[in-house]
Amino acid sequence: MLDGQAAIEISDLVFRYVPSGPEVLRGVNVRVETGEFIALIGQNGAGKTTLAKHFNGLLKPSSGTVRVLGRDTRSAPVADLARTVGYVYQNPDHQIFAQRVRTEAAFGPRNLGLGQAEVDRRVDAALALVGLQDFADEFAFSLGRGQRQKLAVASVLAMEPPILVVDEPTTGLDQAGSRGILDLLSRWNADGRTIVAITHDMTLVAERVPRTIVVNDGRILADGPTRQVLSDTALLRTAYLRPPQATRIAQRLSDLGVAADTLTVTELYTQMSRLLGRGG
Amino acid sequence: MDGATPQADDIVIRVRDLRFRYPGAARDALAGINLDVRRGEFVGVTGPSGAGKSTLCLCLKGLIPAGTFGGTISVAGQPVAPGTAYIESSALVFQNPETQIIGLTVAEDLAFGPENLRRDPAGIRAAIPRYLEQVRLSGYEEADTYRLSGGQKQRLAIADALILEPQILILDEPTSELDPIGKDEVFEVIERLRRERSITVVIVEHAAEQLADMADRIIVLDDGALVDEGPPDELYRNPRLFHRPDAERAPQISEVLFQLIQAGLMSEEQFTAREETGIERLRSLLMASSGQVVQHA
Repeated sequence: MLDGQAAIEISDLVFRYVPSGPEVLRGVNVRVETGEFIALIGQNGAGKTTLAKHFNGLLKPSSGTVRVLGRDTRSAPVADLARTVGYVYQNPDHQIFAQRVRTEAAFGPRNLGLGQAEVDRRVDAALALVGLQDFADEFAFSLGRGQRQKLAVASVLAMEPPILVVDEPTTGLDQAGSRGILDLLSRWNADGRTIVAITHDMTLVAERVPRTIVVNDGRILADGPTRQVLSDTALLRTAYLRPPQATRIAQRLSDLGVAADTLTVTELYTQMSRLLGRGG
Repeated sequence: MDGATPQADDIVIRVRDLRFRYPGAARDALAGINLDVRRGEFVGVTGPSGAGKSTLCLCLKGLIPAGTFGGTISVAGQPVAPGTAYIESSALVFQNPETQIIGLTVAEDLAFGPENLRRDPAGIRAAIPRYLEQVRLSGYEEADTYRLSGGQKQRLAIADALILEPQILILDEPTSELDPIGKDEVFEVIERLRRERSITVVIVEHAAEQLADMADRIIVLDDGALVDEGPPDELYRNPRLFHRPDAERAPQISEVLFQLIQAGLMSEEQFTAREETGIERLRSLLMASSGQVVQHA
């Protein structure tokens, strides 16, 4: 990568849905480096989805600039942006439209103008990644909610975009499904792809995502290492958020030697057993 | 009121050998469910995707989908079967709020249910701001419903059910798109309704921590069958269902305690799935171990 070229670079972004309407984004500055894995968190209505829709040019700034791999989204052709940034919607039913699972997953790569063999290769790989390989010929809408969510992800993965934006990828999924999707995102990230995930699941953020951005009332309230952001209970509270339960427990026991920035069950257990072993 | 025959009248939902299969499906969505829910009880329902949780909710509300139905259901004394008339004593909050929201504005949407039940229009208008406040949507009366965010739609769908003032409230993953405080607020509303009006609650929910703090009993469905049930402090110690990498999530407090018990650092009867109780027990353990005197606040 060229030094200085971010995956996504946002400067003084202001956005209104209608020209005379209220500012939904009120001066956002964010820089995402290539290969990062970022969580966007914030209360309902904070502007997370509105911000994320600027990453692939679905929305254009009212003022300020959004650059994706150096290109201004206001002038870059939509087809280019679609190739660069994959976007998985919050509600899979807003995305899925084809009858069959395979047709749905093939739509994106086919639209990129790829040959049939390459389309097939990518579709097979994407369906296998999300565990839907045995459902390729099923009706898309006969799948359960969790499976439709996986199909929505697979359809975007099949385009193999270097930047992936996922809006609440684990909503409505059970634990196995949520972990499956997160494993998938982690693997994609390990391959050098940039991932931005919008989520309310603080536990998964704590366990998996290195950097966290808090959006509140159209502004960036915090942006930093997940450990620092998720253990700042007072800050999270102002954004209608709270740390994972493991962190809350640790903070209530911090006077007894448990670290206040504990993030996971494993970290909490390790400290407890050390403290108990030493004292006993 | 019904103190003379508490046993008989106390059961508001009675399900016997409930079986259901969708048309063309290879297996039963519900494969012989037996369930009794007491008046005023808070029952959590959990289990993996495809376990039959949503189908159970639809059946309990009398919205039995097309398919093969067997067994018996009774809700507030009324038998429920395919084609049963509307059950006024219960309300269902659907998993997908867009299935439920039909009004163009928030106020129209809220009024639709009670108007259909021919409740007093002036009373309905007066109630709307109160129910909007309960779900953090104050001032949204005239907002277009299609412009609401996912979380706002979910909260409106909950208000749609609450405004019917049902005796039995059935909720199918009502907080899946809500932020953490939004989840707490929904649970607080439900808790208040239970206190004030003794409503019965059946809720499908993956938020194990809130469920453990509030539910009297949790039932676990898998593959259409009821595979375990019990109070949270008993249920979440089942190692066949929880505390494995692919298992449903248990409250983090229960996971820490479970591991400490496995390691012999805590006694088994100290197990709990409730946050406050768990923190107290960890605190006592740490203080005892460091030789400090345990102080009770």
